[in-house]
Amino acid sequence: MTNSERKDQPEAATFSVEKRKVSLTINGVKQEIEVEVWTSILDLLREHLHLTGTKKGCDHGQCGACTVLMDGKRINSCLSLAVMHDGAEITTVEGLATGDKLHPVQEAFIEHDAFQCGYCTPGQICSTIGLVNEGKAKTLEDIRDLMSGNICRCGAYNNIVKVVQEALERSRS
Amino acid sequence: MATNFIGTPENRVDGRDKVTGNAKYTAEFHKEGLLHGVVVSSAIAKGRIKNIDTAAALQLNGVVEVFTHENTPSLAWLDLSYKDMDSPPGDPFRPLHSDKIQFNMQPVALVVAETLELAKYASTLIEVEYEVEKHRTSLADNLDDSIKGKGIRAGFTPPKSIGNFKEAYESAGVKLEVEYFHGAEHHNPMEMHASIVFYEEDGNLTIYDKTQGVLNSRHYVSMVFGVSKKKIRVLSPFVGGAFGSALRPQYQLFMATLAALQLKRSVKVELTRPQMFSFGHRPITIQKLKFGASPEGKIEAISHQAYSETSTFEKYLENIVNWAGKLYDCENVEQIYELVRLDVYTPLDMRAPGGATGIYALESAIDELSYKLNIDPLELRLKNYTEEDKGESKPFSSRTLRECFKQGAERFGWKNRNPEPRSMQEGHQLTGWGMSAGVWDAMQMPARAKAEFKADGTLTVGSATADIGTGTYTIMTQIAAETLGLPLEKVSAKLGDSKLPFAFIEGGSSTAASVGSAVEKVCKKIAKKLLKEAGKMEDSPFKGAGLEDVIFADEKISDKNDPSVNVHFSEIMRARDLQEIKKKYFLLPNMLKQNKYSRATHSAVFAEVKVDEDLGTIKVTRIVSAIDGGRILNPKTAHSQILGGVVWGISMALHEDTFMDHNFGRFITHDLASYHVSVNADMPDIDILFVEEPDTVVSSLGAKGVGEIGLLGVAAAINNAVYHATGKRIRSLPIRLDNAMKERTIKN
Repeated sequence: MTNSERKDQPEAATFSVEKRKVSLTINGVKQEIEVEVWTSILDLLREHLHLTGTKKGCDHGQCGACTVLMDGKRINSCLSLAVMHDGAEITTVEGLATGDKLHPVQEAFIEHDAFQCGYCTPGQICSTIGLVNEGKAKTLEDIRDLMSGNICRCGAYNNIVKVVQEALERSRS
Repeated sequence: MATNFIGTPENRVDGRDKVTGNAKYTAEFHKEGLLHGVVVSSAIAKGRIKNIDTAAALQLNGVVEVFTHENTPSLAWLDLSYKDMDSPPGDPFRPLHSDKIQFNMQPVALVVAETLELAKYASTLIEVEYEVEKHRTSLADNLDDSIKGKGIRAGFTPPKSIGNFKEAYESAGVKLEVEYFHGAEHHNPMEMHASIVFYEEDGNLTIYDKTQGVLNSRHYVSMVFGVSKKKIRVLSPFVGGAFGSALRPQYQLFMATLAALQLKRSVKVELTRPQMFSFGHRPITIQKLKFGASPEGKIEAISHQAYSETSTFEKYLENIVNWAGKLYDCENVEQIYELVRLDVYTPLDMRAPGGATGIYALESAIDELSYKLNIDPLELRLKNYTEEDKGESKPFSSRTLRECFKQGAERFGWKNRNPEPRSMQEGHQLTGWGMSAGVWDAMQMPARAKAEFKADGTLTVGSATADIGTGTYTIMTQIAAETLGLPLEKVSAKLGDSKLPFAFIEGGSSTAASVGSAVEKVCKKIAKKLLKEAGKMEDSPFKGAGLEDVIFADEKISDKNDPSVNVHFSEIMRARDLQEIKKKYFLLPNMLKQNKYSRATHSAVFAEVKVDEDLGTIKVTRIVSAIDGGRILNPKTAHSQILGGVVWGISMALHEDTFMDHNFGRFITHDLASYHVSVNADMPDIDILFVEEPDTVVSSLGAKGVGEIGLLGVAAAINNAVYHATGKRIRSLPIRLDNAMKERTIKN
């Protein structure tokens, strides 16, 4: 019996997940999205909106690859359900450049070779911008601590730190 | 010349794509109607599936099918069909083949549904009943049941012994006998393994796979599922790290292909992070080392013996004990390699497989010997420096290790070291300095490349290799641009597509020397053709000229002796009415010449650690790594590779350990919260220097490859620094806090 045949059986359970409408501004574009209540922001971005710049590295808030900016703050998008954030403004790596002009942090990632495989990079970039917004990092040690939620398995940390230092200097001037 | 790019620190050509989110990794391709597959993993290590109940999952609207061993059609019959380019000897694991469970977290079902969330939920409804058999997963408990580590495998050299170890050891004035251990490690690239099989209207398969070799994946799918290679295209344009984990086709590729062929639909299967611990690891080893030396410090006898794990179905082989003869001038070397079959998945090549662990033990033991002899560890290494590979009895094709020792020691300030352990103390903080040598094979594999030069002045080069973050796109572009004399913007490199010409799996630090050389040669063929066409132009000054008479630079051919005599490529193409020039090249390594030499990269690593004696916290505060990697094609990306290798070494020394609960035969630290890898806060100052010597035996470019050498020696240097700081010799990795604490704090 194939599954479609099975579904014709009277005992087949009806199963559905509640959907709700949320209004999200993603990379400056306001969207009304109908989303199942069990969908994370990460899966909404990657699987439903096909904005795949935001990465899935663990789906459990342990690696930081999914970091996006929500209302200017960095969050792990895998740990947040989309329905909880009606009205939020989300910026992903796709929303940082202005036309062809890269965000200075993006430029600096290239210049300092602050990545190898590039998979953690969107999260590192969003985390860098979030860190600057927070205004807490004063020392090299602060930077290292506050960037430790973003794992880079290629080990580009020391180059990433150079980018963060530059970004902090820019924000001060 | 404005078009000289080999050896210059160019930015990555794929950098822009990577920082904007445009670079698409495997799981990120989409077409309408794509189904999602989620794998269910076994809860036991050994036994059989008595019953697998899929009804609850199948009842859900939107669940399309559940695949188990019960409804998987019979596939290729021969074990041989399941073999791939990186297979060790044995019978490869066949997913969903039978009710037999061979290792914990073995895939037992694939749930396919219309959405990812639904597939995930449905996968939790699969009920599996097992008949449990007694497993054995402990290496230490089964050393008396070992088998010889021999067999045929790409990259594996059966360890040889030279001279007479026993005699030399017996008569040596100073003896050392020690045993080392380290835990299992898992690769954990940031991108989890995934495969998408697009089932095309004509039944062809377009497959996106996380792989270090698209041709390896294509071969596997073709052999296992009996689909003609012509009907399969495998793509892998960006790989989010791999470190060896994607050398072999992993089971998600099997799962996605099975589902796509059975359902005649397109299917994506992405593993979860815990499942990234279910298909191969750096094997645990127990290593026994013996040294005999004269009181003056001449090493007279070395025995290096390793016991390592393998699975019950394959015999995983790597070079753990092959290194002593490459580093030390010793006439009597015994190298023994034993394997123990356990109920685990077959171990898997992980960055510097064998070397990373073998050299950790060897170079830690050498440090112990230096203390026993009361000789500075650097001096001991120099005293026993070998000018040839003693194990192979061959000269080195190139070697700057002595200079690496010298320059590394200078940068580090080694001469200011007081050899006495615990001599550099500030309050609770104990500072230690340690060092190590490292070595890795420099390999060149066969590779094909193609090139297409167009009338608009653009060049495309391609080879079916991979860029796992190593910078392959970038060096291919640099090599092509310089060889033909084009600006970088006019060159594009293609890889990660099974339609491209052959390249071996991207591993072992061999890609630059292999694919890089093939790219150079194919561009030379284009150059030759351009020159020939230039010679046919009216009143051409290049009539009858050979490549040795001219220079290709700045999009022109110029007379070597008089650069004012030149012709622009566009003029040639126009005058000769050419739309394009296409060439192919097959690079076959010159084995005859290469086999006369031992070919290797080397490192000298110096480490500083600070240990809090009361809390046991260990912080690496400084690393100097001096690298002999031949000619460096791109100092920027090469620096990043070494940097990454050093970070891996720190991680190996202090953090990584996939801990097995032998009661269940299951790795219990199977996520990134409990499996620790180095993070930004763990980073010291890392100073990297290259001591270059072009090695034209390994490759015409002079490159030797730098993917692994950065890791080799780092864990040993840190381990030796911890000893210097604390006076405690720790013989297992990772080094734990309790090991480094004051004795009085250790209970039991």
